[in-house]
Amino acid sequence: MPQYETIIGLEVHVQLKTDSKLFCGCSTRFGAPPNSQVCPVCLGMPGALPVMNRQAITLAVKAGLALNCNIPPMTKWDRKQYFYPDLPKGYQISQYDLPICADGFLDIDDPASEGDTRRIGLIRAHLEEDAGKSQHDETSGRNDSRIDLNRCGTPLLEIVSQPDLRSSAEAKNYLTELKLLLTHLEVSDCEMQEGSLRVDANINLHLDVDGKKIATPIVEVKNMNSFRAVERALDYEAERQYAHWEETGQTIKDAPKTTRGWDDSREQTFAQREKEESADYRYFPDPDLLPVRLPQSFIDQVRDTIQETPAQARDRLQTQHGLSAYDADVIVNQGAAILGYFESVADVSGDPKRASSWIQQDVLRTLKEQETSIEQFPIPAKRLGDLLGRVRSGDLDNNRARDVFAYLIENDTDVDSACTALGIEAVDSGEIESLCQKLLDDNPQVVQDVRGGKQQAVGRLIGQAKKVNPNANPQQVRETLLKLING
Amino acid sequence: MLDSVSAILNALASGDASARQITEQSLEAIAQTDPKINAVTHVAAETALATADDVDRRRAAGQSLGALAGVPIAIKDLICTTDMPTTCASRMLRDFVPPYDATVIRKLRDADAVLIGKTNMDEFAMGASNETSVYGPTRNPWNHDRIPGGSSGGSAATIAAGQVPASLGSDTGGSIRQPASHCGITGLKPTYGRVSRYGLVAFASSLDQIGPMAWSAEDVALLLETIAGYEPRDSTSLDTPVPEYSKAIQSSDLRGIKIGVLRDGLEQDGLDESVQKSVTEAMQVFTDLGAEIVDVQLPHSQYWVPTYYVIAPCEASSNLSRYDGAHYGHRSDADIDPADGPLLSMYRHSRQEGFGSEVKRRIMIGTYALSTGYYDAYYNKALKVRRLIRGDYDAAFQQADLLLGPTAPTSAFALGDKLDDPIQMYLCDLYTVGANLAGIPAISIPAGLDDSGLPIGVQLQAPALEESRLLFAAAAFQSQTQFHQLRPGKP
Ligand SMILES: [Zn+2]
Repeated sequence: MPQYETIIGLEVHVQLKTDSKLFCGCSTRFGAPPNSQVCPVCLGMPGALPVMNRQAITLAVKAGLALNCNIPPMTKWDRKQYFYPDLPKGYQISQYDLPICADGFLDIDDPASEGDTRRIGLIRAHLEEDAGKSQHDETSGRNDSRIDLNRCGTPLLEIVSQPDLRSSAEAKNYLTELKLLLTHLEVSDCEMQEGSLRVDANINLHLDVDGKKIATPIVEVKNMNSFRAVERALDYEAERQYAHWEETGQTIKDAPKTTRGWDDSREQTFAQREKEESADYRYFPDPDLLPVRLPQSFIDQVRDTIQETPAQARDRLQTQHGLSAYDADVIVNQGAAILGYFESVADVSGDPKRASSWIQQDVLRTLKEQETSIEQFPIPAKRLGDLLGRVRSGDLDNNRARDVFAYLIENDTDVDSACTALGIEAVDSGEIESLCQKLLDDNPQVVQDVRGGKQQAVGRLIGQAKKVNPNANPQQVRETLLKLING
Repeated sequence: MLDSVSAILNALASGDASARQITEQSLEAIAQTDPKINAVTHVAAETALATADDVDRRRAAGQSLGALAGVPIAIKDLICTTDMPTTCASRMLRDFVPPYDATVIRKLRDADAVLIGKTNMDEFAMGASNETSVYGPTRNPWNHDRIPGGSSGGSAATIAAGQVPASLGSDTGGSIRQPASHCGITGLKPTYGRVSRYGLVAFASSLDQIGPMAWSAEDVALLLETIAGYEPRDSTSLDTPVPEYSKAIQSSDLRGIKIGVLRDGLEQDGLDESVQKSVTEAMQVFTDLGAEIVDVQLPHSQYWVPTYYVIAPCEASSNLSRYDGAHYGHRSDADIDPADGPLLSMYRHSRQEGFGSEVKRRIMIGTYALSTGYYDAYYNKALKVRRLIRGDYDAAFQQADLLLGPTAPTSAFALGDKLDDPIQMYLCDLYTVGANLAGIPAISIPAGLDDSGLPIGVQLQAPALEESRLLFAAAAFQSQTQFHQLRPGKP
């Protein structure tokens, strides 16, 4: 059986986080009633003219710079012609030969070798308007088509990778890192369910047959609605192509590129009818829109607005906050909001490691249980920082802190009030000392055991101390007992 | 005489006439003459009278009024209006009432003009004779067997017939100037971007421009002043202030002005002797006014028409893609063709039924020229030649302030004469398309009558944004000549 390599390139469409559409002032909000967010421009009414959205240009340049792309000094708009009912003008305004971003790369974790990275080349990223949505049932007659044009004119950035990906796991890492980067920079929400991130994959196999390289025909896989679906579709498709090659011997020279859809429920790809057979899009420069000049000063200005990338954040969490690579990864991969939350908790508490572990365990668990986001989390970062600061200084032990944490999730109040409500009071060291002295006086055996080398014997007294005074910090009690015994 | 804009404004200001009287006169003239000439596709009598009454009321109350208050104006039927259909003289848009006003319409309304109705045209502005309209041809008021010129033929004829003192047309390759020439009126194609195209149904976006038509340069200046200006909704609109054109034309001293003449252009095949004579006589008038006539060259002028007839159909094929029966306009109810399925059937039948043959011809040419394998040979090459043509003009305007020449090779020809010969029809634009390809302003002014008493126009061209210079020279010419005061049917 010949060895083969899977060759994958991804085309990712992300919806830019603009206030309005690419060429008009209509809102791009998701979920509005059909055809409620439209105007003559995005409907392509006769006589209406597009006007470029500067915010979309800025966001595209921002994404391009973060993806290590060149931003050419001039970009222009082209019309891509095809007939489709959800494309009201009969053409899509896109970018053909002068995309706004070109030649970039994205570093991703190498799934085959922990700690290593792979550099995935990017051919280009270009701006284009989205089409509407049509639902139709062509089998049951002409009256069953419904068209919602709300999405028409929504700004998309299409990011096209080189065919540098070698496995579905790499594709998944690429998508994860891309999504993380774009959400970090607030370029896009990247919500796959809402269609603001859509993935098409080009895949084929390079087989090694008796020392000769043979490539299978390229297939474009569409309709994948989650990263998991992308992974599965690519795995399925690689196997299907191999089987197909074994059966037919068909190579890239024998067959043109075809399009297949992904059926998530049946977990297989299926041959898809093309919008147009051998499409000739008849691209030409849109005469209604002038070419856009992007002066270096503008590009520099955008560069200045770029917050740190996830990769830079991971480095910083390790060097500045002393987190392990693993912890830094977990925090950063949760997204910009969690990262910001962490930083605030770490600063206020003065204890980044404790902040990291509490966020990874208690906070993330709570978010999951409550199915909410960090933005809606009931404990503000400063409050959690305050709480963890008290743990660090020994005012609270971990168990009591968890009680406070639970209380703060239910009640919008500060740490002091929570402690009061839970009957937690700060205990001064004199009080602890007299309590410990009394316990030692009552339990001479413990003193003997400790002097005999069994330090853990104090454990029994810690429980008793807690019974007498629930606010006593066990760590502090332990240290006080040992100090008294050892003089 | 109430047939000029300025005369009407004077009569209204002095109280010699009310806006209602003027509007009623206009409506009456339409009722009388239009059955013969078919220049108007929609008459908005009610809203026009309401506007007129409003103007009268506000004038009586001493309130301020716009620059064109009470002046009836007709609009070419490819400029969007919310209270009138906008059909482009096509079956495709026969019932289409846009949900918005074009910028020029908004500006006319703000100027308190009385929008009297929409005018006939070649379908989607494609044609040079006004014969491709779904409403049937418009006839030339000077001779009903002749065409009025296209595609703004209705806008020219409605003035020549005395229905309105002014109108708006659009000019993609000569569609304002050529009918102005044939109908004995003055028509201006402004600099590309000087007047917003927002709301102008696109034929060829990089060439289209809305412009004013009236009897005299003075009236045209008044209209241009109203409709010109920057418009953020049109990316190709020019962000430069609008000069007071009506003031710029008040001198008739042309000393120091150099007028360039293209000698080769005057010896072209197909150029009628009477047109040649009118141009020569116009040169004399300008010389008498103090201008200096100089020879200029536009070396690539022989490529104007071929370049135009690649670029315009390419853009048209794209602009007209939106008429597919899906969202508005004509949708066929023909049976589904089993081979095509319901969707393709709808597209095919709707476009087959909705468009006339000239529109289809240009869509086919454009689709072909843009398709893979032909793009470089046609469209891309045409863009390169277009740059050379612009360069020619830049060089010519180093030597001359204005260019003078024919507007059309002949006077108005007979109906049906060129309808079956597209190439002959396309050659009607021989002298006008250069200005569209270069984006510069150009004006056609009446300059004579031929042996059969049909008007002849001459064309002046100026560098970009020099409309003032054009209007100034045209007004000076009209101060010395009577051609713009000739009327059909009058000696
Ligand atoms: Zn819109």
